[in-house]
Amino acid sequence: MSIKGKAYIAGVYEHPTRKAEGIPIAQLHAEVAKGALEDAGLSLRDVDGYFCAGDAPGLGGLSMVEYLGLQVGHIDTTETGGSSYLVHVSHAAQAIAMGKCKVALITLAGKPRTGGAQPGRAPLSAQPPDAPFEAPFKPSVLNLYAMCARRHMHEFGTTPEQLAWIKVAASQHAQHNPRAMLREVVTVEDVVNSPIVADPLHRLDCCVISDGGGALVVVAPEIAEKLNRPKVRILGAGEAIKHPRGGEVDLTYSAGVWSAARAFEEAGIRREDIKYASLYDSFTITVLMQIEDIGFCGKGAGGRFVADGNLISGVGKLPFNTDGGGLCNNHPGNRGGMTKVIEAVRQLRGEAHPAVQVRNCDLALAHGTGGLLGTRHGSATLIMERT
Amino acid sequence: MADPKNDAFNADTALEPYWTAAREGKLLLKHCRACGKTHYYPRPICPFCMSADTEWRTASGTGIIYSWSVERRATPPFAIAYVTLPEGPTMLSAIVDCDLDAIAVGQKVALAFETRDGQPVPVFRPR
Ligand SMILES: [Zn+2]
Repeated sequence: MSIKGKAYIAGVYEHPTRKAEGIPIAQLHAEVAKGALEDAGLSLRDVDGYFCAGDAPGLGGLSMVEYLGLQVGHIDTTETGGSSYLVHVSHAAQAIAMGKCKVALITLAGKPRTGGAQPGRAPLSAQPPDAPFEAPFKPSVLNLYAMCARRHMHEFGTTPEQLAWIKVAASQHAQHNPRAMLREVVTVEDVVNSPIVADPLHRLDCCVISDGGGALVVVAPEIAEKLNRPKVRILGAGEAIKHPRGGEVDLTYSAGVWSAARAFEEAGIRREDIKYASLYDSFTITVLMQIEDIGFCGKGAGGRFVADGNLISGVGKLPFNTDGGGLCNNHPGNRGGMTKVIEAVRQLRGEAHPAVQVRNCDLALAHGTGGLLGTRHGSATLIMERT
Repeated sequence: MADPKNDAFNADTALEPYWTAAREGKLLLKHCRACGKTHYYPRPICPFCMSADTEWRTASGTGIIYSWSVERRATPPFAIAYVTLPEGPTMLSAIVDCDLDAIAVGQKVALAFETRDGQPVPVFRPR
């Protein structure tokens, strides 16, 4: 049993806002749902499956199904942080393959920039079991990813300049995106001369903080056949969780080693067949580790792989995040998995900005790392094909 | 961090020996009699084999820095680290009483306790 070829991504929509003052999160969900369904050429009444994660307000899926006016026979609220939406695509394809639904709607929205409730946080009364043993030391998104970078540098000789190349490539792409928050092209020197926020990461090693959201519509083959849109077929997917394993900590790799292996096995293609990759870019180190874990290069060789513009569209071997990614464009709700799928679909459709459109882009990968790379995180890999 | 003594919802009686030892300046680890492995953070049921036959053991009090970072934007800046214990587990902790610019992977550190939010917690300083 496989999802290969059993489902298509028919609609995508990225919310244009980067600061959503006065707009509640539920409304953002509705706006992206409307956008993605219109993009697919489908309507509210066609949707029979709904997917959302921890960013959905209230009772999550229940509140959103009501607010959107949906009537669904399949629901999935899997929560793996920012990679949730990649997992949702895989689960939607599974549900479609099993005949549980035919048109699956996936939505994300968040507004950390405006200072709304942080998405995905458990109520204060439900303390996670790790809290008494970790919270006193003030772990943060910054210092937990920074410790991964530090260990990578120690074991493999990765340099700040190599990490900086990832931001440079993202900025080269973002200059062509009028909605990107950071459109200015930066150099390796700009990155390594920006202030250290958490050793060894600089300010420009970090993603932006933005409001916004996005939505996807995943459909059965017979629905995709009737729609007047380029066809993006799902070839394979994988998901995996990694954590500190009772103290057997190894920060040099992510759960991506397992999720990517499963996705490639299901898709039946090779790493070198991938023409474009959307890689989760909460930080530059996240991208570097994913490139190794997915298998685009060997473990420890990521620094050399990303250097000298190898991730820049039209220049390097592995064009990535051609919308500018989380590093320069946006990172709605601190959850970048949604926009990773959206830009990969644009590339496969030939709808990316002409300056960054990858020629003959028939196979693309999107990969996410949700939660915290330095402690517990969920990786998800999705491989798609233009047919 | 919630104070187990004042928070009925999060009260965790299985951890009482850990916090009692912490007040005496000792770090307790959980050792599994069934599989022979020591884990951290402590759980009554072993995360390696799911045996409930676990016992407390006192850590020797030394460690080696596995990785670290200094949060530079905090006031004052502070160091967080993963420290590998000779007993096996690598644990999240803080590096204190040191030059923040001199911390290094592989550095030898010694256990200490600092009171944070009214609770003594295990931290490390260079030795
Ligand atoms: Zn055991």
